[in-house]
Amino acid sequence: MRTKLLALLAATIPLSALAAGGSAHLEHANNDVTNTASLQRGAANFVNYCLGCHSAQYVRYNRLAADIGLTEEQLVENLMFTGERPHDTMRSAMNADDAKRWFGVQPPDLTLIARSRGTDYVYTFLRSFYLDPAKATGVNNLALPGTAMPHVLWTLQGYQEAVWEGEMDEQGVAQKHFKEFNLASPGSMTAEEFDEFVRDTVNFLEYIAEPAQMQRRSLGFPVIAFLIVFTLIAWALKKEFWKDVK
Amino acid sequence: MASTSQSIKSGGGRLAALTAWIDDRFPMTKLWKEQVSEYYAPKNMNFWYFFGSLSLLVLVLQIVTGIFLTMNYKPSAQEAFASVEYIMRDVEWGWLIRYLHSTGASAFFIVVYLHMFRALLYGSYQKPRELLWIFGMLIYLCLMAEAFFGYLLPWGNMSYWGAQVIVSLFGAIPYIGNALTEWIRGDYFISDVTLNRFFALHVIAIPFALVFLVVAHLMALHEVGSNNPDGVDIKKVKGPDGIPLDGIPFHPYYTVKDIVGVGVFLILFCLVVFFAPTMGGYFLEHANFEPANPLQTPEHIAPVWYFTPFYAILRAVPNKLMGVALMGAAVMILFFLPWLDRGKVKSIRYRGPIFKFFLVAFAISFVALGFLGLQPPTPLYTNLARLFTVVYFAFFLLMPWYSSIDRTKPVPTRVTYHAH
Amino acid sequence: MTEEVDAGRRHFLTVATVAVGAVGAAFAAVPFLASWKPSARAKALGAPVEVDISKLEPGAMVKVEWRGKAIFIVNRTPQMLSTLAGIEDRLRDPDSNESEQPEYAHNRDRSVKPEYLVLVGVCTHLGCAPLEKFTPGDATVEAGWPGGFFCPCHGSKFDMSGRVFKDVPAPTNLPVPPYQFVSDTRILIGSDTRSA
Repeated sequence: MRTKLLALLAATIPLSALAAGGSAHLEHANNDVTNTASLQRGAANFVNYCLGCHSAQYVRYNRLAADIGLTEEQLVENLMFTGERPHDTMRSAMNADDAKRWFGVQPPDLTLIARSRGTDYVYTFLRSFYLDPAKATGVNNLALPGTAMPHVLWTLQGYQEAVWEGEMDEQGVAQKHFKEFNLASPGSMTAEEFDEFVRDTVNFLEYIAEPAQMQRRSLGFPVIAFLIVFTLIAWALKKEFWKDVK
Repeated sequence: MASTSQSIKSGGGRLAALTAWIDDRFPMTKLWKEQVSEYYAPKNMNFWYFFGSLSLLVLVLQIVTGIFLTMNYKPSAQEAFASVEYIMRDVEWGWLIRYLHSTGASAFFIVVYLHMFRALLYGSYQKPRELLWIFGMLIYLCLMAEAFFGYLLPWGNMSYWGAQVIVSLFGAIPYIGNALTEWIRGDYFISDVTLNRFFALHVIAIPFALVFLVVAHLMALHEVGSNNPDGVDIKKVKGPDGIPLDGIPFHPYYTVKDIVGVGVFLILFCLVVFFAPTMGGYFLEHANFEPANPLQTPEHIAPVWYFTPFYAILRAVPNKLMGVALMGAAVMILFFLPWLDRGKVKSIRYRGPIFKFFLVAFAISFVALGFLGLQPPTPLYTNLARLFTVVYFAFFLLMPWYSSIDRTKPVPTRVTYHAH
Repeated sequence: MTEEVDAGRRHFLTVATVAVGAVGAAFAAVPFLASWKPSARAKALGAPVEVDISKLEPGAMVKVEWRGKAIFIVNRTPQMLSTLAGIEDRLRDPDSNESEQPEYAHNRDRSVKPEYLVLVGVCTHLGCAPLEKFTPGDATVEAGWPGGFFCPCHGSKFDMSGRVFKDVPAPTNLPVPPYQFVSDTRILIGSDTRSA
């Protein structure tokens, strides 16, 4: 119990640096794209919690499986529930018109979100939902105020309350700054477990944003090595010929 | 000669016979000798002289990778963004071809800016190389247009809004502005129509123009001969065989040297391609990983880094039309350099202190303006941009004065060269 | 002071540079040439097609598309199958030795199960779509017609196993694509290696 409370406190300390408003302090995701086990967990997380509303329309299941070390059987068994085939792309089953009616906006495709908004943003976003009775969903989000997204992960994280510090500015208007989160009702995971869950999910998002990245980095080494060898030989050739030039 | 008739009988004779057959019908050996193996270039060319051949390398790279991208890219507003992701994921090695092209675009400007700066350092635009400089400036204009048209093609949100902003600048022109922007867009807003025509310009029209201008640029160079870091005319001192004493044949000496330059360039280039293709959002911008959205502007709209010096000048001026005019003037004034420079001396090595001061100030202001163009236009940054704009123009506008009164050093008749 | 030119060293270094450069150029060419291979999307679109034949009446044919080609699936009656015997002298390649089919279709029925014929419905002459002419004695084809396929473009004729007749422009029997039964009522066209 005490460790849980301490862990919770530790988790709120960095968040307390966040100010009210969207583009403020972001937590570091600290994910590792080379960690295949994390990617596999993240893939399962994504399919179970995100794919219902958000598509990842440029991701092909069979390529995903190959990249994160799953056989086709494991892929179909663990990640494919709605009858697509391995060569299909990850589409959400949600109808676009329904989405607009329910949420006011179609949930965006998430294939590239790690490249357009960054992993730190997504990591912070998923952990920054707090209770807000004024909103239709009952929650608001510190990283994206006014978001139409409900707190999908509430069963895991529980519900947080935001604590604000108020001060009056020169015009006598109350300016509130975010101080910290308090856990109002717990979920099934501790704070660290939840952070790990989000980290795995963000890790998966970073991978799907650029599936070729592993191959890109590993190919870079032999290419540079070859070019260095070539340049050295060419340099020796140059020196040899330029002995003529006095 | 005996050896020749002997070799005609042997295997090597077949190559000689083929060469002779071609030479009877096409000036192959003649061109090779004139332009390469007996084209005498100054022996003291230094680091700054790598960037011409590197520009040519990058041009070829862009054309080849561009052709292969065109094989899979779809130039329609509906399909463009998805087709780029198709290339990145589904096409074998598509990701590499894409990164080569996107990195190549930035590399092109780095290399060309350094190439142009060499001309400022050594007075390579002075008589009789004014036309060479003008061809180069025309290449630079084509390059900027090529980059601008190309940037719309991925149809990302920055592509869309960047094009929107730049095209709307033409609206500032009095009387014809609105009609002009509508004519450029082909529609009432940046649309599929605009995308398609920018595609045609980027893939066909400007590459043709570029290749033609590069050929003209090289012909103008070879007509006059290359300049050098001492600004000395090597043709003034020739040996009894008519060969400049300070000249060396381009082949093998500069072919061999340029290959080393290519090697070093490719190492740096591949470090970016394989390990940092987005370059922190400067080569591939974050906002461009979202599809074009006419209803939502990115937080900061900035052009790609290579346009930001001029963008900073544009934003420094409070009046839209004057900003456009000044930005245009900042580019066009470069054309007049051969005539603004009244100096008798070409190379910075022999120029006086005022020219050196202004050249350094110009270089600093260009880089500073580039940095400022990337930042949001706060009051501080705007005032700094105004300051550096003044410095930028002062380099050119005051040049007729300071280049003529400057106290120069005597220019030697022979180049300075240390064996290396 | 002029030193002697070490021609041997020059030659060696030149050859070394050119050789390493050529190797580099060859490696650099690979991605461009490989990019022409079918993309993941092409492979996905060309993936095997599963067909439900539970509703296919005996004597009827259904067409599906696989890799841009028409695939004929015929539910052959015993009477249709009986027309395959005894006409070998009218066929150019009655044993299917020159035509394209998987080894499980290298038989007189040219199929896995005799009742179901699966063919690529592209005439082996110049690529037209042959018409179904299953009625024996159909005078619109020829006298003594056993039943089969007739290509309207240049008159090529094939029997109820897609075997080509003599004296027609088409050179070989209609090809049989790879396929397998994933159940009694479902045929997977384009693959024969998937475990059920």
